Amino acid sequence: MREKQIDKLKDYKYGFTTDIENIRAPKGLNKEVIKFISQAKKEPKWMLDWRMKAFERLKNLKEPNWQKPKYPKIDYQDIYYYSAPKSASEKPKSIDELDPKLLETYKKLGIPLQEQQRLNGIAVDAVFDSVSVATTFKEKLNEVGVIFCSISEAIQKHPELVKKYLGSVIPLTDHYFATLNSAVFTDGSFVYIPPGVKCPMELSTYFRINASQTGQFERTLIIADKESYVSYLEGCTAPMRDENQLHAANVELVALDNAEIKYSTVQNWYPGDENGKGGIYNFVTKRGLCKGINSKISWTQVETGSAITWKYPSCVLQGDNSIGEFYSIAITNNHQKADTGTKMIHLGKNTKSKIISKGISAGFSDMTYRGLVDISSKAKNSRNYTQCDSLLMGNKCGAHTVPYIKNKNPDSNIAHEATTSKISEEQLHYCQQRGLNPEEAVGLIVNGFCKEVLQQLPMEFAVEAQKLVGISLEGSVG
Amino acid sequence: MLKIKNLNADIENKSILNNFNLEIKPGEVHAIMGPNGSGKSTLSNILSGKKGYDVSGEILFENKNIFELETEERAHKGIFLAFQYPLEIPGVNTNIFLKTSLNAIRKARGEKELDAIEFLKLVKLKAKELKFDEEKLNRQLNVGFSGGEKKKNEILQMSILNPKLSILDETDSGLDIDALKIVADGVNSLRKKDNSFLIITHYQRLLDYIKPDYVHVLMNGKIIKSGGPELALELEKKGYENFN
Repeated sequence: MREKQIDKLKDYKYGFTTDIENIRAPKGLNKEVIKFISQAKKEPKWMLDWRMKAFERLKNLKEPNWQKPKYPKIDYQDIYYYSAPKSASEKPKSIDELDPKLLETYKKLGIPLQEQQRLNGIAVDAVFDSVSVATTFKEKLNEVGVIFCSISEAIQKHPELVKKYLGSVIPLTDHYFATLNSAVFTDGSFVYIPPGVKCPMELSTYFRINASQTGQFERTLIIADKESYVSYLEGCTAPMRDENQLHAANVELVALDNAEIKYSTVQNWYPGDENGKGGIYNFVTKRGLCKGINSKISWTQVETGSAITWKYPSCVLQGDNSIGEFYSIAITNNHQKADTGTKMIHLGKNTKSKIISKGISAGFSDMTYRGLVDISSKAKNSRNYTQCDSLLMGNKCGAHTVPYIKNKNPDSNIAHEATTSKISEEQLHYCQQRGLNPEEAVGLIVNGFCKEVLQQLPMEFAVEAQKLVGISLEGSVG
Repeated sequence: MLKIKNLNADIENKSILNNFNLEIKPGEVHAIMGPNGSGKSTLSNILSGKKGYDVSGEILFENKNIFELETEERAHKGIFLAFQYPLEIPGVNTNIFLKTSLNAIRKARGEKELDAIEFLKLVKLKAKELKFDEEKLNRQLNVGFSGGEKKKNEILQMSILNPKLSILDETDSGLDIDALKIVADGVNSLRKKDNSFLIITHYQRLLDYIKPDYVHVLMNGKIIKSGGPELALELEKKGYENFN
């Protein structure tokens, strides 16, 4: 069966996209499957070699197990690593076929119908709006020389950039999930901002056409050349369903001299039902390298989805005077679990990092902030400020703060503050007396709690994220 | 407007209100005075709909029993409580809180919600009337406010929400004489033929500035005497202990 499928693929010489429907690599993780993926994406040999190297390395790696949320053993031979986009006949035909609960949430978030259809892979006759918007965007980006395309396209069209930077921040040998991703990633985004260019718009995966099926092993690479700036948005506030349970994405950012990258994420993957069944495992590796002097990387994340979230968007501050920032809101409800935080690795002189983490746990959920601040002996005169606040709702959830601090430099300074609080009955009563229902009251109080982080989000994201924060906690009061 | 019949309230098997009766007609101002622990705050909590009490009896608001209504539903009907200890809500801008509150109530009543410009116009006007520092409206709700500022903020909210029945739970405690006058002016400016007030206080002082129609003395969960404003003066002279 496997041979037959691969043969079929080999025979096909006249372009790919239409005929690939219904084709997927057989289950399992092996060399054949990796070859299949590489061929399906028409990759050059160096790319296949790179994947193979990762696969070889993977054989000697074990899944990390130091995290707090435990998960059932994953059978890596029982996963499809490549499947082409579903054919129209397999997709839901109309919005009426979807879970009414999901539709209710869309309504509350104010997601337009077309967007709802796109999110659920419903075949839409004419996506004129998004296509034309995207085309205009592309033209504008071309004018200033910004490259924004899928990573598959970049591998073919900009091999010199991909070769130079892919794996330069998250090495092939990094850890189990990152290495797995390197072996089998299917698609993702690629961004290159040329020297001196301030990207004229927020870049968003939303505007990269045909990218809705990036699959469970997404790979993103963003390079900001000297004196450039880019703000990148990932994800969306609407809940996304996916039949793949394991998501292990890799995101690499590189900022050269005086460049700045702002990366914002709203993650709202399916968290499972009220009992925690069927949700997504979101095991992501995100790392930014401040390679040049005076460079800056800023991560902002709003994590509300997934059954298990396990991620630490990090900054390696290599260039002197470089700056790393991490702003995070993580919300867990029902049986969700999150172990998230950041790593700030100070290597250059006068490097600065700032960590603002807001964790909210409700229901039976469990939340851990885990963060590392590591100041090397050469990172003279460096500074870190960390603030971790946890908010508990009810008495069946958990919140934990696990800071790791290493300072090998007497000139440097690390400050850590942490608080844990609860929404009090009195606060709720006060808001209700002013006419707010309990859910509106919780939304308001929690948004206040998260304000410092919400302010970091680009405007259009911030408004949606505020609503999302309230909706994520629905059913957690009373 | 408000009719309380045979209200009993227990908390953890301890009786707090005991066969409590009170009627407030539209436009009337009632003052309830009583010593610590007489049940004053329990009364305001129960009227606002706070949970945690064992209650029986009847509370009619505009001839409808509100016993089963949630706190916010009572607020929508026009019941306002100025809290004895106004709560702090970190990170929430005072203006935004006020606007959210006003619009939640307007929405529940089927009225048009105010947009930002209409709201700011209203809040500016009211803040000026109450000599409330506008700059504070851009701060986090009650965070870092002095005791007096918190109480003035309650009165500002009251005047913006324009309730039918306002309950002031020891709003005068902790106020200096200037703040007391401002609070009293705020209440007096809202006094209309359809708006009623229930003023809960320890002291007669506030009643120099807000002339009540009736004064009730609350002891051990029961009204032991009712009368006109002169009752407050008598109480002030004699003290609670010698009052019978």
